[in-house]
Amino acid sequence: MTDVVAGALLLGGLVFVLAGVVGILRLPDFYARLHATSKCDTLGLALMAAGVAVHTGPTLITVKVLLVVAFVAVVNTTVAHALGRAAYRSGLAPWTSAARRSQ
Amino acid sequence: MSGVVVPIAWVLALAMGLSMYRVLAGPTIFDRLTGLSLIATKSIILLLLLGVLSEREDAFVDIALSYALISVVGVLTLAKYFERTEAPR
Repeated sequence: MTDVVAGALLLGGLVFVLAGVVGILRLPDFYARLHATSKCDTLGLALMAAGVAVHTGPTLITVKVLLVVAFVAVVNTTVAHALGRAAYRSGLAPWTSAARRSQ
Repeated sequence: MSGVVVPIAWVLALAMGLSMYRVLAGPTIFDRLTGLSLIATKSIILLLLLGVLSEREDAFVDIALSYALISVVGVLTLAKYFERTEAPR
């Protein structure tokens, strides 16, 4: 039973991680790629780490896995915000319909 | 359990290779940094899965935690640095 739940969580997390990879490969613009990857990757890591935690059972390892999840949830969003802010301030124009018409 | 974990770990490694395409080919430096942070997150997941596979979760969770603490610093510093330059390639 535990293995079924853990495997389902791992597969669900893998779907989100692969969605993030498709996003970073296929989307047209830096800001769109950043938008796709940061959220998908954070949720994918949370689900897959939850799968690992369910597999190991309630020990100190579970606490450490949850600590990894909490830290990555804070840090990934910070990095995405810093990257988007740096790109906008350094003059990288977003891919909007107005920008495409003026080209 | 390891019957599921081994293919998942291989798919994750393949996804890391695909993210490497954006690091190598990305039009701007910020695309490359995004790809790098994506690879860092995937390697944290891969470390947790390696702990499950080798049945040494206690050691690998510590490695994943310290890698999660360290991997941020580089990308954040480079983002702050390139903020002041003009849209480098």
